[in-house]
Amino acid sequence: MQQLFNFFIKNKTFVLFLLLFSYALSLTIQSHDYQRSKFLNSSNQITGSIYATFHSITQYFNLKKENQILLEENSRLRMTVFNQKKTATVDTLLEYKYELQPSLIYKNSYSLPNNYLTLNKGQNDQIEEDYGVITSKGIVGVIDGTSKNYSRVLSILNTNSRINVKLKKTNYFGTLSWDGESPEITQLKDIQDLVKLSVGDTIVTSGYSSTFPPDIPVGSIESFRLNDTKDLYIIDVKLFNNMRTLEHVYIIKNNDINELKALNNFNEQ
Amino acid sequence: MNNNSVLKIILSFISLVLLQVLICSNINFMGEINPYVYVIFVLLYPVINNRLLFIFTSFLLGYTVDIFLDSGGVHAAASVVIAYIRPLILKFSFGSAYDYQSIKFSTVEFSRRLVYFLLLIVIHHLILFSLVIFDETKSVLILQQTLYSSVFTLILCLLFSSLFSRKET
Repeated sequence: MQQLFNFFIKNKTFVLFLLLFSYALSLTIQSHDYQRSKFLNSSNQITGSIYATFHSITQYFNLKKENQILLEENSRLRMTVFNQKKTATVDTLLEYKYELQPSLIYKNSYSLPNNYLTLNKGQNDQIEEDYGVITSKGIVGVIDGTSKNYSRVLSILNTNSRINVKLKKTNYFGTLSWDGESPEITQLKDIQDLVKLSVGDTIVTSGYSSTFPPDIPVGSIESFRLNDTKDLYIIDVKLFNNMRTLEHVYIIKNNDINELKALNNFNEQ
Repeated sequence: MNNNSVLKIILSFISLVLLQVLICSNINFMGEINPYVYVIFVLLYPVINNRLLFIFTSFLLGYTVDIFLDSGGVHAAASVVIAYIRPLILKFSFGSAYDYQSIKFSTVEFSRRLVYFLLLIVIHHLILFSLVIFDETKSVLILQQTLYSSVFTLILCLLFSSLFSRKET
């Protein structure tokens, strides 16, 4: 026992180094595994408020471009309203299945294999995990952690991201993931080789999960090839969103999500 | 270590973290090349020090950057390694001056400082990108990213170190 103590005291630098290094290593391994990455992250109060302060200075640089995007979206929405046959009556008592909340991106990242974004809405705004995040052009990611005032988004540019999407033309569905290479291109897998594909086909969300409503645009087919076993396609999807210059996003709240969760819990009991 | 230098270290800790996460990690030069200037904290930490405290502070620095960037523990791991092996590199690049513990980073000749910076930065970045990419089949990509980012970091670190050393004299 005495010798053991002596050994530790003699090599205390090495022991400390080994302890800290293995702790950092375990954090790294856990961060590569989506199911367990629930550690301190950028959506906590301190880092969130620092990003908020910095953002309040830099937000003015993009105002012109963001205005343009908002105007374009507005005109597109007005066009659909004007061209609708029946005018929908605005009913304040109407309950919507999906609610949208506008939000700002405080931290964006796209150059790592595992990218996360930080948003300025949190539990105080009734934001919870598994809510979808989109822009006017397409999907961005899924919320995977919240604090009081901030939340963290698992970007579609994250090798752990899995999103259920389908081909708009034929309704065949598959899983959208990312290989970590180019921030413009994601990969769609699980589409069978019988399906007819052509470059430029639109990919939209399938609506089979409670995160995203159906038919939100995702991207278009850039190229496709068969996988090693020659039975499934690997499709490169060019995203409609430019993930480098995101600023304003919408958080989608599914009002049925609690009902669905309750049903699942009921089954388990 | 007197109070003045402790304060200096704390201030440089905070400002380097902020510089890194708010500006340097958003440069994305040519798409994805970022400098990691916070390593200059480990490079220029006083030579006469409490080694345990030094290793722990370096770990804390890396971990703080990790929390901001949501990267798990990659920066913490890389920083703690270079903090641990720094005496070896010091001895290798400065030779006898290190034995007498009389190194002043502001006065050593440029070539020696370059070697010292280069070695630690390359080791740091190699560990960093191995852990970030975490895929043994992509070793070419790891080496590529290490090379590009190291050059970027090295230039900035040399720039910073000459800026601050001029102030001292």
